[in-house]
Amino acid sequence: MPTAKMLLAEGKIEEARAEASRIADDVTRYIRKRSTVAVERTVLRLLGVDGVDEEGVPVANLMVDQVLKQGKLARGVTRYFIQALAQTGGDVAALCSDVARGDADILSFQTLPEAEIRARGAQLAVEALARIAAQRTQREAYLARLSGGQSPLLYVIVATGNIYEDVVQARAAASQGADIIAVIRSTGQSLLDYVPYGATTEGFGGTYATQENFKIMRAALDEIGESLGRYIRLCNYCSGLCMPEIAAMGALERLDVMLNDALYGILFRDINMQRTLVDQSFSRMINAYAGIIINTGEDNYLTTADAVQSAHTVLASQLINEQLAFRSGLPSSQLGLGHAFEMDPEIEDGLLLEWAQALMAREIFPEAPLKYMPPTKHMTGNIFRGHVQDALFNLVGVASGQGIQLLGMMTEAIHTPLIHDRQLALEAARYIFNNARHLGDELMFHPEGKMVARARQVLDEALDLLRDVRSKGLFQAIAEGEFADVKRTLESGKGLRGVVLREQDYFNPLEDALRAALKLDETDAGHVARESEGVNA
Amino acid sequence: MNDLTRVKPYGDTLHDGVVQVSFSLPVPFGEEARECARQVASGMGLLEPQVVHMADLGEQMSFFVLYGKVVTEVDYTSIRVPKVESPVLSFVEVNALIREKIKRKIVVIGACTGTDAHTVGIDAIMNMKGYAGEYGLERYPEIDAYNLGSQVENEVLVRKARELNADAILVSQVVTQKDVHISNLGELVDMLEAEGLRSKLIVICGGPRIGHELALELGYDAGFGSGTLAPEVSSFIVHEMIRRGLQ
Repeated sequence: MPTAKMLLAEGKIEEARAEASRIADDVTRYIRKRSTVAVERTVLRLLGVDGVDEEGVPVANLMVDQVLKQGKLARGVTRYFIQALAQTGGDVAALCSDVARGDADILSFQTLPEAEIRARGAQLAVEALARIAAQRTQREAYLARLSGGQSPLLYVIVATGNIYEDVVQARAAASQGADIIAVIRSTGQSLLDYVPYGATTEGFGGTYATQENFKIMRAALDEIGESLGRYIRLCNYCSGLCMPEIAAMGALERLDVMLNDALYGILFRDINMQRTLVDQSFSRMINAYAGIIINTGEDNYLTTADAVQSAHTVLASQLINEQLAFRSGLPSSQLGLGHAFEMDPEIEDGLLLEWAQALMAREIFPEAPLKYMPPTKHMTGNIFRGHVQDALFNLVGVASGQGIQLLGMMTEAIHTPLIHDRQLALEAARYIFNNARHLGDELMFHPEGKMVARARQVLDEALDLLRDVRSKGLFQAIAEGEFADVKRTLESGKGLRGVVLREQDYFNPLEDALRAALKLDETDAGHVARESEGVNA
Repeated sequence: MNDLTRVKPYGDTLHDGVVQVSFSLPVPFGEEARECARQVASGMGLLEPQVVHMADLGEQMSFFVLYGKVVTEVDYTSIRVPKVESPVLSFVEVNALIREKIKRKIVVIGACTGTDAHTVGIDAIMNMKGYAGEYGLERYPEIDAYNLGSQVENEVLVRKARELNADAILVSQVVTQKDVHISNLGELVDMLEAEGLRSKLIVICGGPRIGHELALELGYDAGFGSGTLAPEVSSFIVHEMIRRGLQ
């Protein structure tokens, strides 16, 4: 996309970004003072804590619960873990099995000098980051040797519920041309306050995200990719109550793309906003360091709200997501900001509006691998029309230079994709992308035409919304239902009990190490003075 | 002359029986695969099955598009399908009828239950804006509508029905696997019976794989398929409340 086609006013884009930046600053000040059970469990996982007890409760949960029960989580779980580890011979696996059997409580060990705790923690963090860095290097090596695909990357989902069946479908999809395979999670996983363990073969509408499942799929895609001469990217979801833990698992198992939205859990899963905002911040640092592209979920706004009237909420949310992502060290090149082709197909000139918005997003986020989502709301059982709707979506995707194209399935409204649904979708997308590869370069749009007017209108409305959100604060804006017509409050929703206000001596060596590695502002990392404060950040 | 006692699919000539089918087989792509697909089609009762397209899906799988001719004949004149019989009123008429006959606001709660996270159906019926130009129940002045959203447990729905003194419950099931929606829908009715609430409520289910007949079998008052709009549902609720004397 060499030239700006939607003739947007640079000043307005800058102003919108500045408003989003202020919103993100407010939120960041608030979340920096807090931690959550999920953040603490993540640190343990990165320090090598693994396994479950006989009831399937992860050891990371057991340890964090031990500390939480004694009211000590505000100091961070790490110090207790380090004390226990130092006084049990230094073997993480042995300590984990003791805790799993109920034979050890990490709070029952002698207090070590603060300097020693911090030194040991810092050393363990270095080792943890080295494991993530090794996977990142491995990905780079693959991409230097194999083809990584051409934008828009072809993204398809598998969702059988059984990881071994998913492997068959994923390998087939890869041979049919897919660049990214996303394993949809079992519905309801986002509301579990723990990560299931091991290889799983039963799920509803998807497959549980577990570290073992990640490993199995990664190995399968590496193998098929090698035979195809292409690197097949793997995607999963770090949304829900375990955002940062799943981000850590994804980093350790070399996922390439992860869904990670700052607001999605709040709006669509009724997860408490404090919880999600703290969790997303840490999870995104891990994504950033691992070189994982995040995908945000703005497309979902248009499944509840009207796609024409609410287009500006998508843009406003993208700008907020972008600023929050910057504050976790994610560069633009890792921001797969989401948007969608969701207008009612009966609208006259609907294609023009969609096209204008797709170009608008491209021009406002020139370096981001935008994730473009297919029609879902207006897909019916008419698979033949559905295939045509997806064709228009694909045409706009290639002509507006999207980064990641989540392929629509003609059977969208009916069932999770059958193996040939995916093949037909890939075949159609490859045909259209190839057949119209440089269409975008050939087109300019009428400066006084409908499309330019539409893009300008959406930007104007997004700017108004951002001004409003900034003036009242993001929390209040969400409480008033400004996004997706859904209202949530600061104290409502799931997972609030897992949020703690950090003590002065809170210690999280992983966060410190990530902030240093990602060159994030370190002025108040990890040890913000405790304040008795109101709720409006 | 179209004989409605002996109906067959129509391609381009009456009674030609032409149908198209497509499916995949877990066999490697090739001439044996083509023959295998033809035999599958014969087994389905298709005469002269023709494979018009096949594709290699990888992983030792192949995809086929076929045409063939159906032998079966169906007697259309003997078919009886249970349907929602009450007349469909407009937004204005429904509200007027509630004012006139029920003389108070009616309470409707809706949810997408179990593991289903797809709210498109329940949203189309309930959301203020509605769908396809028809307002949803939240816009009805004479209806207090509560959309509980997705992944709602049956226990929660029953508790809410009691708390809110609901007159009607709408359950949506859109994307489910392995027929879990059937057991889930059945469980709700059992729970309502056990709580003694069933007779006081209009209980309705909806979704792409749900029809009125299935709904009746499962113990619901009505079932609505894809494409249903709010007036059909609200009209049914009001007529049924009047019929059962639930004012």
